[in-house]
Amino acid sequence: MLQSSNLTFSYPNGTSFSFPDVFCEEKGHLLLLGESGQGKTTLLHLLAGMLRPSAGSVGINGTDIAQLDRKAMDTFRGQHIGIVFQTAHFVESLSVEDNLILPQYLAGKTIDRNKAQLIIGRLNLTQKLHEKTRNLSVGEQQRVAIARSLMNDPAIVLADEPTSALDDRNAEEVISLLEEQAALSGAGLIIVTHDQRLKDRFEKSVVL
Amino acid sequence: MNLLKIAWKNIASKPLNTSLSLILLAFGVGVISLLLILETRLKEQFDRNIKDIDMVLGAKGSPLQLILANVYHIDAPTGNISRKEAEKIIRNPLIEEGIPLAYGDNYKMFRIIGTTHQYPRHYEVELAKGKLFDTSYAVTIGSKVAQELGLQLGDTFNSAHGLQDETDVHTNKDFTVVGVFKESSSVIDQLILTEMSSIWGVHEHVGEETGKDPSDEITAVLLKKKSPLALVLLPNLLRETNMQIALPAIEINRLTQNFGIGMNTLQAIAILIMVLSFISVFISLYNSMRERKYELALMRSMGGTRTTLFALILSEGFLMTFVGLLLGLFLSRIGMMVLSSVMEDQFNYDVTNFGILPMEWLLIGITIFVGVLASLLPAISAVRLDISKILADG
Repeated sequence: MLQSSNLTFSYPNGTSFSFPDVFCEEKGHLLLLGESGQGKTTLLHLLAGMLRPSAGSVGINGTDIAQLDRKAMDTFRGQHIGIVFQTAHFVESLSVEDNLILPQYLAGKTIDRNKAQLIIGRLNLTQKLHEKTRNLSVGEQQRVAIARSLMNDPAIVLADEPTSALDDRNAEEVISLLEEQAALSGAGLIIVTHDQRLKDRFEKSVVL
Repeated sequence: MNLLKIAWKNIASKPLNTSLSLILLAFGVGVISLLLILETRLKEQFDRNIKDIDMVLGAKGSPLQLILANVYHIDAPTGNISRKEAEKIIRNPLIEEGIPLAYGDNYKMFRIIGTTHQYPRHYEVELAKGKLFDTSYAVTIGSKVAQELGLQLGDTFNSAHGLQDETDVHTNKDFTVVGVFKESSSVIDQLILTEMSSIWGVHEHVGEETGKDPSDEITAVLLKKKSPLALVLLPNLLRETNMQIALPAIEINRLTQNFGIGMNTLQAIAILIMVLSFISVFISLYNSMRERKYELALMRSMGGTRTTLFALILSEGFLMTFVGLLLGLFLSRIGMMVLSSVMEDQFNYDVTNFGILPMEWLLIGITIFVGVLASLLPAISAVRLDISKILADG
């Protein structure tokens, strides 16, 4: 469960945003819609604890992350939040499998290679497990990125413009995957996008 | 999965950058360590052979040459001296012991030395088989001589005149091997020892030609002093003679100091190479840190703390330094093997010993320290990354 209230943020250059409250229930789905320049990514980073709000609070499963210090925030993020970025990035020198267990290692959890195999199997990429990530197609990379965001059984998955670079068919596929996989892992899902195609797919949305 | 593994994969995924740093580092460490080994082993070898010889009495000439010829047997002697004159010095109350050496011949490049039983006793050499020389033309040979020439007890050979030359063979007398020494890592290993009378006998004909009595001629005397006064008083006694006294410790110091100039130049070059290699480690880490800043931000977004990133970059620097260091030490051992075989051929000096010297531990410590230091700035920059900005710009 994620609940934000009265979030505001100012950049050092003076740009400031105040955001509507965001609420996503346990295992719920939510769309954050907004045109560019309205602070979509800023909001996502605030929800993920990568930016500290000027005022307001972000509660995830009962913890107000705005109150955590930097180290505790990093660890909390690793353990409870999965993030899918607009374009998939990986630690290039590591294989797909190692990139998948990296979140476990970084969050201080027990390394569980079976889980990596299980999730990658759900995404039909088992044969790519030992490849370097750069040898994968863009679509495959995005799927691995989704798998990675679920490795630590997060309370919530935050996805930043996951479909903006994709055509209709691929966009449809990625969103279905996100919904399906988040549901299988028991995670809530918040998608930040300006992509109007997604509007009708989600019951709940917040417009910035 | 652990940091070292990720660090290792990261540096291995940039083979070009990494190998430049490694080559420079290995080369710098290799040269310095080679110089250290060479200096130490040579000094050990020199010291082992000086072994309580305080002074060497011999013909006037270069004192260094006198020492090199008669203590180390790697140079030509300065000439002969009169045995009667030399004996006066040996009997001097300031002198505890004098070991006479008479040079003259070689057998297949190994020097034949006429001396007394004092000589092997002085170096505490033991017999492997047979006995010590006890009659004219009986020889006891060093372990290396026996090994290289395949000489057995009872074998006989003719000596050749001089120390290098094998053309002028004395056919008048046969030498017989009566004993073989155990290996002692001293000069005895490469010598053929016999009675003084053998040398005189072989050279009887020389006496006939020059009118000198060969039995009055020896090459040098190795002296042990009874009192330090000997060092002051003996040179005065010799002023009127054709003899001089040289001190091995002083001459060898002079020699290694001259050596030292060359060594220092090489050392300076090697240190320069190492400085370059540290700069290369620094640039390589800094560049790869900047190239990978998205990766690093990503690691933070997945729960990695700033400490994690700091430790990761430091580990990469440490690994690179460590591998370069190992390569360098390996390189210096190879170099030493090559040098050693050359030196064995030329001087019969064996300098192989692969242990790590105390000075090398210092080298290892300094290298790792500076290597980690060179990765400090890239590591600090990694800590300071604004992850939100980097991920947003992605």
